[in-house]
Amino acid sequence: MSVKEIFETMNYGPAPEDASEAFAWLVDQGDRFGHFIDGDFTSPGEGFLSRNPANGETLATLTQATQADVDTAVEAARKAQGKWARLGGHGRAKHLYAIARILQRNARLCAVLETLDNGKPIRESRDIDLPLVQRHFYYHAGMAQLMESELPDREPVGVCGQVIPWNFPLLMLAWKVAPALAMGNTVVLKPAEYTSLTALLFADLCRQAGLPKGVVNIVTGDGAVGEMIVTHPGVDKVAFTGSTEVGRRIRQATAGSGKALTLELGGKSPYVVFDDADLDSAIEGLVDAIWFNQGQVCCAGSRLLVQEGVAERFHDKLRARMQSLRIGNPLDKCIDVGAIVDPVQVRAITEMVEGCTEGERFSVAADLPESGCFYPPTLITGLAPSHRLMQEEIFGPVLVSTTFRTPDEAVQLANNTRYGLAASVWSENLNLALDIAPRIEAGVIWVNGSNMFDAAAGFGGVRESGFGREGGWEGLRAYTRPVGRTRPLAGIEPNTGENGPVEGIDRTPKLYIGGKQARPDGGYSRAVFSPRGKLLGQMPEANRKDLRNAVEAARGAGAWGRMSGHQRAQILYYMAENLSARADDFAHKINEMKGGRSGEKEVEASIRRLFTYAAWADKFDGQARGVPIRGIALAMRAPVGVIGAICPDEAPLLGMVSMMGPAIAMGNRVVMLASEPYPLVYADFYQVLDTSDLPGGVVNILTGKHGTLAPVMAAHMDVDAVWSFSSSDISKVIERESAGNLKRTWVNNGLVRDWFSAEGEGRDFLEAATEVKTIWVPYGA
Amino acid sequence: MQTEIRTPVAGLPQTTEARNAGMELDLDRVMRVQANRPAIERRVATFPGRRTVKKNYQAAWLCKAITCIDLTTLAGDDTEGRVRRLAAKARQPVRADLLDALGMEGLRVGAVCVYHDMIAPARAALEGSGIPVAAVSTGFPAGLSPFHLRLAEIEESVKAGAEEIDIVISRRHVLTGNWEALYEEIRAFRAACGPAHLKAILATGELGTLRNVARASLVAMMAGADFIKTSTGKEAVNATLPVSLVMIRAIRDYFDATGYRVGYKPAGGISKAKDALSYLMLIKEELGNPWLSPDLFRFGASSLLGDIERQLEHHVTGAYSAGYRHPMG
Repeated sequence: MSVKEIFETMNYGPAPEDASEAFAWLVDQGDRFGHFIDGDFTSPGEGFLSRNPANGETLATLTQATQADVDTAVEAARKAQGKWARLGGHGRAKHLYAIARILQRNARLCAVLETLDNGKPIRESRDIDLPLVQRHFYYHAGMAQLMESELPDREPVGVCGQVIPWNFPLLMLAWKVAPALAMGNTVVLKPAEYTSLTALLFADLCRQAGLPKGVVNIVTGDGAVGEMIVTHPGVDKVAFTGSTEVGRRIRQATAGSGKALTLELGGKSPYVVFDDADLDSAIEGLVDAIWFNQGQVCCAGSRLLVQEGVAERFHDKLRARMQSLRIGNPLDKCIDVGAIVDPVQVRAITEMVEGCTEGERFSVAADLPESGCFYPPTLITGLAPSHRLMQEEIFGPVLVSTTFRTPDEAVQLANNTRYGLAASVWSENLNLALDIAPRIEAGVIWVNGSNMFDAAAGFGGVRESGFGREGGWEGLRAYTRPVGRTRPLAGIEPNTGENGPVEGIDRTPKLYIGGKQARPDGGYSRAVFSPRGKLLGQMPEANRKDLRNAVEAARGAGAWGRMSGHQRAQILYYMAENLSARADDFAHKINEMKGGRSGEKEVEASIRRLFTYAAWADKFDGQARGVPIRGIALAMRAPVGVIGAICPDEAPLLGMVSMMGPAIAMGNRVVMLASEPYPLVYADFYQVLDTSDLPGGVVNILTGKHGTLAPVMAAHMDVDAVWSFSSSDISKVIERESAGNLKRTWVNNGLVRDWFSAEGEGRDFLEAATEVKTIWVPYGA
Repeated sequence: MQTEIRTPVAGLPQTTEARNAGMELDLDRVMRVQANRPAIERRVATFPGRRTVKKNYQAAWLCKAITCIDLTTLAGDDTEGRVRRLAAKARQPVRADLLDALGMEGLRVGAVCVYHDMIAPARAALEGSGIPVAAVSTGFPAGLSPFHLRLAEIEESVKAGAEEIDIVISRRHVLTGNWEALYEEIRAFRAACGPAHLKAILATGELGTLRNVARASLVAMMAGADFIKTSTGKEAVNATLPVSLVMIRAIRDYFDATGYRVGYKPAGGISKAKDALSYLMLIKEELGNPWLSPDLFRFGASSLLGDIERQLEHHVTGAYSAGYRHPMG
């Protein structure tokens, strides 16, 4: 077209990014790739094709890993790990710094290859993915440097098996590899089969940067390879980002293996627009929320909730804005929406949208390229929360919308989901925005923004969006464990004896549910004996219905979490005071049940522990993170919710206090299952609770068989976490059953914890009792 | 007051569009306006990465930018000779051989912008070119002279032949939230302009917040401004992309409400061809193609043209250019 013609039409012309360097790199590698194991590429084997989704062209041939390949990779990682850890923080920092630098030097090559392989617009891979990748390595170079001084009680986990998705291939690799390496671990990573090329380029760069052999190993292949990694006995820690469905399977597959696990899964994140928002800015934010990466983003703001009074105007503006989105060749620098990753994904999106007969659908009227995987940006308004598209993740450029009337209703709608990854809240009213943001159940909340990320700010979900955080100090927990070794915990059998009369007036202990004593639903009790066979009392035997009632009571006591830390501390101190007043009773009872004379010491330790958590109640602070925006990212400590706690058998009072203390200090409610062999003290303990002004339902205590109640508790959909320090062998069943709603679990794996020492309290407990909720608050007049 | 437009003038909104008649001051609408600075800054920060034009497209867009320039001289040492030189540049903004090569013969700038006393020499020098003369007015740049004199200044300038009047608003009305006063002031200026069209300079660098910029923009349009303009060029901060985004969104809202297209003029601080392209692309994205013409968009700039000339020569010859190869204005 002539200058004169363009002058009249004022159209944008083509602006293709040159891909020749990326193709040259592929040719240099022979267009065929093996795995990267122990510092070298293996020879290519049987495999599959990697295609460019924008035009269907083949980019390279990749190798499907065999069990033997995975074994070799894990072995290489194992062999390298000790030396890598012993290199020390500064030594590892230098390597991570070198990786960051080499990534920066090759940034455009990485970006172009990413776009070729994944279909995302070059603007995004160039301006968002790659800068974040580099930032992650720089940030964690710093974490390696600081590990010895700042995390003296933590050590590497060992070999990490990492499985990552296709939507941000190199970025997800960085999120996984950087913290793992910084903390002294080695990794075996599997990229998604659609998008393995930048992981292989990363391997090549690691080699060039002089990273020691075996520290990073990359194997390619489909889900079967992922399964080999996550179930491999040589893998100590599994990290997965991907679908909730696969995450659930990984939770089940790793149950009872003792492997640490973090999961970053799906979402249906709400995008809440109040009537006093800057609507035009909220629309731009929405473009970046749902049309970023073609909507193939786990934290995409895919569920628009807009206040009724402005809904029509907002939707009109939105439809107008959608018309100026440019869809097409992702290598074009003037394209907003590129290609969907694979024809399979296009079909999945199409089927979901075509299946929707309700609401009003609006799609961008654009000439989509004739070949390649493209789907037009789409808005569906007027859907009810009950509609499938309001509940399920579409993972494509499709936004669904409904309206709300009040702030409370906005929160209810926002939380009416099984997911809890991210949320946006738009309002110019600081009171409103800062009230709503923490009330949304999600790991990341953006006030007046969307899809802001940084290595210094934790990212991760609650509910079925998974658990664990990536980024920030909290992200390091997944890649470290407490220093020290433990030993197997012996099971403790209840004492046996003959039934007969009990001394004194007959007493019938009950279950403690919702602040009241309750008879067991089943109507059964069990006798408790001294080691010499003397009958000490009868304990109610709780069943699944009692558990249900206790969870219901706990769920109803949510006001506890909104009380101030100071108020919660007062109640914990008061408990200690009341326990102290009856110290002799408790000591006597413990001695009777267990034999010996440890009772007094246990009561004293329990009083101290209550003091510890009373102290912590108003001191386990959140942080303001140094993210590169004008504004703050608050890493707030939110209670997990309802925690099911299966108490240690060996220390009946101290164990119970050690579970309850951190949980309620942080604002959670607990359903506790008392020591199975030595339950007797719990009945006196609920009297202490009753006299300490504790609101009903915050603490609920059941007695019964751990083995019977643990799976029910772990499968309960309204329980947010289960902790178990039982001597019964129930860690596996808890982890397996927890997959139902992907509740957090903390189990002892049949290993000893010394409840009398420092490991019986403190930060690990507080961390387990809280979720880090990152709230981004950009500001500017 | 009626003054006849003596020569047919292109590049005024009323030549292609119904002229903005203004509307009653709608304070509900004004107070509803919000402007979230961090979100606006994110939009403009990422914008240059989202759009680009290359090769012939870039050349065409740069030519468009030239047609939208208000070639300006607003200095105490302006003389008739200086103004004649500027007018000559306005008629022939780019070397003829380059325009030939581009197929863009006859290209000229949007207007020439001067102080009152320079209107007459400017008009004389531009005779027959169809290029309008714009005059800054109303006690430019501070706007603090007596109100009746400010009105009289407009009338004098229109009488002297200015077809566009760049007025300055009383910033204090914005800073004290006195929207009625702002509305009445601009309304009176507009009446004084008669057929000449009114460009309302908001002096955004002195309005404190983006929300004030948004509200002042809306009030100016309600009062009948044909153009809203960022700056006098004399404030510490002149045209910026965040301010521009706020103002053009206000223009869009006003168009949606009334059907009137109001023009936009960023002024001061735009000196690079690349910046000019960013502005044009932002206008295209937020307002659409109708605004990509001197009827509805102007750059208030003096050194921008020089950079565009160099870029165009590079486009034609493939070699980077030098400033002295292009005639000065």
